Amino acid sequence: MCNKTKCDKSAFQKSRRKVLKGIAAGVGALALPASNASASVWEAFFQKHFRELDKTELQQVLARLESEYSKEFGKTVNVKATPPIEGVKYGYGLDLSRCIGCRRCVYACVEENNQSRDPQIHWIKVLQLDKEKGVYLDHAEHYYNPAEVPEQGKFYMPIQCQQCENPPCTKVCPVQATWPENDGIVVVDYNWCIGCRYCMAACPYGARHFNWAKSKLPKDEMNPETHYLGNRPRPTGVVEKCTFCVQRTREQPGRYPACEEVCPVGARKFGNLNDPKSEIRYLIENKRVFIFKEDLNTQPKFYYFYAT
Amino acid sequence: MKTHLRRTITFAICVLALCANVVSAAKVEKFFDRAGNLIVQEKVEKYKRRADEGETYPVPPPPFSEDIFPCSECHAEMEPNPERRELVDMHDDIILDHAEGQRWCLDCHNLNDRDTLRLVSGEVIPFTESYRLCGQCHGDKFRDWKVGIHGKRTGYWNGEKQYLLCAHCHNPHSPRFKPLKPMPPPVRPENLNRQGALEETGHQ
Repeated sequence: MCNKTKCDKSAFQKSRRKVLKGIAAGVGALALPASNASASVWEAFFQKHFRELDKTELQQVLARLESEYSKEFGKTVNVKATPPIEGVKYGYGLDLSRCIGCRRCVYACVEENNQSRDPQIHWIKVLQLDKEKGVYLDHAEHYYNPAEVPEQGKFYMPIQCQQCENPPCTKVCPVQATWPENDGIVVVDYNWCIGCRYCMAACPYGARHFNWAKSKLPKDEMNPETHYLGNRPRPTGVVEKCTFCVQRTREQPGRYPACEEVCPVGARKFGNLNDPKSEIRYLIENKRVFIFKEDLNTQPKFYYFYAT
Repeated sequence: MKTHLRRTITFAICVLALCANVVSAAKVEKFFDRAGNLIVQEKVEKYKRRADEGETYPVPPPPFSEDIFPCSECHAEMEPNPERRELVDMHDDIILDHAEGQRWCLDCHNLNDRDTLRLVSGEVIPFTESYRLCGQCHGDKFRDWKVGIHGKRTGYWNGEKQYLLCAHCHNPHSPRFKPLKPMPPPVRPENLNRQGALEETGHQ
């Protein structure tokens, strides 16, 4: 004989038990990775935004990443977080009258910056354009593959992140995982990025790339000198982009970006826009300069120019 | 009396010359700093000589063909022949494709010492300064090269830089930049396997 209230109560008790059981199972499932994985999974999960890390926290994060990467790639991997150099604003020049479209820069960048070999990610895209038509993107071709370059009547225009002074990509990020640094480089915190790809849609230059799958990066080809905001190995599902080789250019003295160093025709120029004696300033002041999609007011710090 | 007159004239000339000096000195522009102090302008050497002379640039060793330098190894014992001719026994592999109608070997190579080059002015320069030789005609490229715009510079963007000689990229006897084989084109998006495996056909 069961009166109504009693029945109801027992039913409630039953369901409560179920719920508690469910929660217990859920917590158990969540805890599973911790049993075989190291605590670093949890540390990564609760890691703060890069710009909110204090000095000791940053050191802990870098140490954790270093040990993770060293284990994964079987060699000592350094992860730096070198801050911008005071008073420096980086600028890049590319001589359209010299570039022959050989794509040496594309692959030097891949090697330096640990891009995924498969699925393939290239931070630099080289367009082949008709000399007669000029920079007219409807006629651009970037899968060209002749026996020799340059081809008759063609010119070449490599495109990479333009490091805009007024970047549309950083404004659309819902979690502020990407921002322009004081030296003008637009960077991504790969640990904060949620992979929504709004920034890719916002970028008018197609300069941002998404890690669709676990990157295949051969151990012997992995560059162990990395920067937190630059060329460290990227997790799946985050966006990456050119950083003017932040791991090289922020050194003292600063090396040139890998693409600049490899160019066989010397079409690529790099320097400090705040230094009136730099080659980048010289070319802006003395050569014909072309700014890509200038009408969008993105204010790139990437200057195409004609030396002749 | 005559000597006296001559002496007076000489004195007058000296005085005049001095005055002229003073006048010309007064014409020199004076520079003041913000506090109003006169800035003494030192006579800058570079106005006396051409700006590019005497300046040297850090370059790697010139790109000689194997075992060809020093030239004097062979040429020291040979009688120099300044006659314009086609070479047959040696150096016949060099085909001049560089305004060949107006030029031949000894317009750049030094007749009397083959280990050096010779400018139009007669100045003898080492191969490591060959940019000065090229700059005689290609002044615009030379100017750009000096500031790092023409050609490639390596080193550090805010530190030591190393230049390349013109001859590192341009064969001086046939200077047009030679075409290169391009590196492979990117994989087309439709062939990009987002699960991770690269399709064989995708790369061609």
